[in-house]
Amino acid sequence: MSKPTDLVQGTLDLLILKIIALEPMHGWAIAQRIRQMSGDILQVGQSALYPSLHKLEQHGWIRSEWAVSENNRRAKYYTLTKAGRTALGREAAQWERLAGAISAIVRTVS
Amino acid sequence: MRLATMLRLRLRSLLLRGRVDRELDEELRYHVEREIEARVAAGLTPEAARRAAWREAAGLQQRKEECRDMRGLNPIDTVVHDVRFALRQLRKSPVFTSTAVITLALGLCASVAIFAFVDAALIRPLPYQRPARLVGVFERVAAYPRSNLSYPDYLDWKRLNTVFSSLAAYQRASLALATPEGARLGAGARVSDDFFRTLGIVPALGRDFRPGEDGPGAPAIVILSDAIWRSRYGGRADAIGQTVTLSGAPAVIVGVLPADAQFAPVGSADYWVPFRPSSPCDLRRSCHGIYGVARLKDGVSVQAAAADMSAIAARLERQYPDSNRGQGAAIVPLTDVIVGDVRPILLVLLGGAGLLLLIATVNVASLLLVRSESRKREMAVRSALGASTWRVVWQFVTEGVVLVAIAAAIGLAGARVAIQLLVKLIPADMMARMTFLRGLGFNARVAGFALAVVAIAAVLFALTPMVHLAWANGREALTHGDRGAVGTTWRRLGTKLVIAELAMAMVLLVGGALLTKSLYRVLQVDPGLQPDHLVSLGISVPRTKYKTDEQTVRIARSILDGVETLPGVTTAGLTSRPPLEGGNTVWIRVAGRPYHGEHNEVDYREVSAGYFEALGARFVAGRDFSHADDPSHPPVVVVNEAFVRTYFANEPALGQHLLYASNATQPPLEIIGIVADVKESALDSATPPAVYTAFPQDPTNGFTLFVRAAQADAILPTLVETVRRLDPDLSTFAARSMDTAIDQSPAVYLRRSAAWLVGGFAVLAWVLSVVGLYGVVAYSAGQRTREIGVRMALGAQRGSVYRLVLREAGALTLIGVVVGVACAVGAGSLLGDLLFGVTSRDIPTLAAVAAVLCVSALLASFVPARRAASINPVQALRGE
Repeated sequence: MSKPTDLVQGTLDLLILKIIALEPMHGWAIAQRIRQMSGDILQVGQSALYPSLHKLEQHGWIRSEWAVSENNRRAKYYTLTKAGRTALGREAAQWERLAGAISAIVRTVS
Repeated sequence: MRLATMLRLRLRSLLLRGRVDRELDEELRYHVEREIEARVAAGLTPEAARRAAWREAAGLQQRKEECRDMRGLNPIDTVVHDVRFALRQLRKSPVFTSTAVITLALGLCASVAIFAFVDAALIRPLPYQRPARLVGVFERVAAYPRSNLSYPDYLDWKRLNTVFSSLAAYQRASLALATPEGARLGAGARVSDDFFRTLGIVPALGRDFRPGEDGPGAPAIVILSDAIWRSRYGGRADAIGQTVTLSGAPAVIVGVLPADAQFAPVGSADYWVPFRPSSPCDLRRSCHGIYGVARLKDGVSVQAAAADMSAIAARLERQYPDSNRGQGAAIVPLTDVIVGDVRPILLVLLGGAGLLLLIATVNVASLLLVRSESRKREMAVRSALGASTWRVVWQFVTEGVVLVAIAAAIGLAGARVAIQLLVKLIPADMMARMTFLRGLGFNARVAGFALAVVAIAAVLFALTPMVHLAWANGREALTHGDRGAVGTTWRRLGTKLVIAELAMAMVLLVGGALLTKSLYRVLQVDPGLQPDHLVSLGISVPRTKYKTDEQTVRIARSILDGVETLPGVTTAGLTSRPPLEGGNTVWIRVAGRPYHGEHNEVDYREVSAGYFEALGARFVAGRDFSHADDPSHPPVVVVNEAFVRTYFANEPALGQHLLYASNATQPPLEIIGIVADVKESALDSATPPAVYTAFPQDPTNGFTLFVRAAQADAILPTLVETVRRLDPDLSTFAARSMDTAIDQSPAVYLRRSAAWLVGGFAVLAWVLSVVGLYGVVAYSAGQRTREIGVRMALGAQRGSVYRLVLREAGALTLIGVVVGVACAVGAGSLLGDLLFGVTSRDIPTLAAVAAVLCVSALLASFVPARRAASINPVQALRGE
């Protein structure tokens, strides 16, 4: 497997928030979903995923609870909170601005 | 909302640490298992899939740590962690830890225990209504600045004054209590009817005395103390209205005082009776037997009251020149009356304990300095590895606080025990006089004091290494190892601390030595009697049963005869007042000399034949009393040498006649003998001129029996038994040997306890300061290892190395001792009246203490000096 693309600092939080905004999900599923949705470009390892999840929970943006997973095992599901939804909106807008700005520069130069 | 969530999560990760960790474990394992399944589904063998998945999850433990970190550094978590680390660090150097803890605990224990006494006696307000407005009221004569009032004077003062809202009278009274086993002596007090109202004490049960109930002819009533009400009446309410027979007369119980009621000047009185003047003394203006206590009117100062009372006294002087000549008035705050005697000794002890605490603190501070010095490198490594300065400093603060906390726990527990022990060491009859000590204990003020001391110590010990670290430059510490500018700076501060310690130890040692010397001097005072094999027993003869003087004389004679036939008894005699306790005075004039009404006040005692012999007193001239000196023979008197010096300096006293100044009708008394001075008042005061009259010619119904016996202690129970067998209605009290009486007299007892306590503090301070000196010298020698190595390599002899180290120690000691001597002379003068026969400038004491300190200091510095001299130069040079 190729080395996963490094994520821009802080964008993993945004991705996690966005993914679980659709439905509550456990850690492994979040990692899978990020890979699928990015067309296998973004691969998130445990080393980045779980600390990030715990930090978001500590911020109060996501909430966790134990539930039975699709293969009938206990798994920890993360849900977006109200504060998390607000944060997602803010972070997403921020990202749009940043991405737009970067592409503008990159295009001009090339 | 969010705050609440965060708080909940933080608390959860703190308190449910185990569960959170387990959940994290489970979560990560779930992830790995799903990963394996996915790989198997993609076609890998289970074994390969497993290996791949675990490889990806490499460092699972580290993941967990990161997750924990992401949960945020919990402040409480940090503190717990720091305290654990501090405890581990302290455990790692047990010698340092135990020295610091024991030192500090000792200082705390001593100062808190002594403070508890100071609090009970000096700080806690007296348990009366607005106690600051209460004053003691006394008459003032030349010989006694605070003497008793006579009852008629009291009545006039009460009537004429404009400064007191009330003026009450009180007098200690021993009352013979009728019990089924015969008479027992009850501690009592006679008071005016407004006594309790003046103090603001309200009976807990029954009623107070009503106005007029202290008059001559008023019915006999009594108010009980809470203690006697509980022990004799079972604390039952129906005690009110019962009668109790006091000194032969029935009295009705009308009230019970609250449990906390106390009045130290009358001791722990159980029976409070209204004054009801009856005896001749009560009615005579020249007979002084009572004390006054008054409440100042609002806005009236003590000085204004004193001025008003002096004016009244002057008026009475003019009105009654015979009895009141030279009688002024003295008004003093009641606190001075009650705790004035113990204030100096308590302040001295508090000062001593405070100095000890200071030395202990300085010692621990310098220990901490040495320690932080030796850990400089560790700190530098930590800083280099990324610990923030704040974090490193915080670790030191935690260590200081933990150290103080341990010491405080031990010290305060010790203080509680020490308070109990000290109370037990106070003789019972002295304790009875210090009723204010009843509230002694670990109350809020004592706890506050302890807390303040502990807090200051904690701040100090937290700051000490911080100050030190502030000097330290991390990089420098790493590159230069243990040497450099910091070492020098510390050495300067450390040496100053040691000088201060030595000086303070010197002050305490000199204080202890001066007190010990005073005690020795007091014990050396010739009491004019031979205390060994001498015992005394107080006896009270009920006036209701022995109504006439003849009856009293007869029973006294029977007692003496009965006692003298006991085996082992050499001689026996009796006196109206025992020696050492002061006593009654009388005004005399010499027959045949011009008399203008001057008050020749002399000590006055009625004694029996055999009394002086029993005491072992020495006759200078003339003869002792014999049993023939009875009412049928001419009245005679024995005087002491002080009397002769005062009144017969230029002519022979024997054969001269004396008259009582106040009683012109009594026949003159012939001086038949001169006895060498017996210490009638305290050992540390001058013997007053004294006259002794013959007991049969001038009997009294309360007296003390003195018996010289082969085995002093063994005879006491037999004596009590013999007296009781003669008549069970005779009550006995204060059975003790003369040695005990001397030991427990305030002059000896106060000095002995002060000498022991201050001496104890001094020895501790001495040890601490010498250990402190050792620390500084050893550290400084350690710093110079390399220098000494170079010197020795260049040919220096061992002797010169010794000199090098000892010179430094000697200089420190010398400065400490010189500063200490200066301070000790100043501090010694604060000892005031506790010093006896010695001054604070006592050269032998100062020299001896200085010598002891110097020698011990040199011995202490000899150890590091020898270590330095035995350095192997090769190793010393290579070692660095």
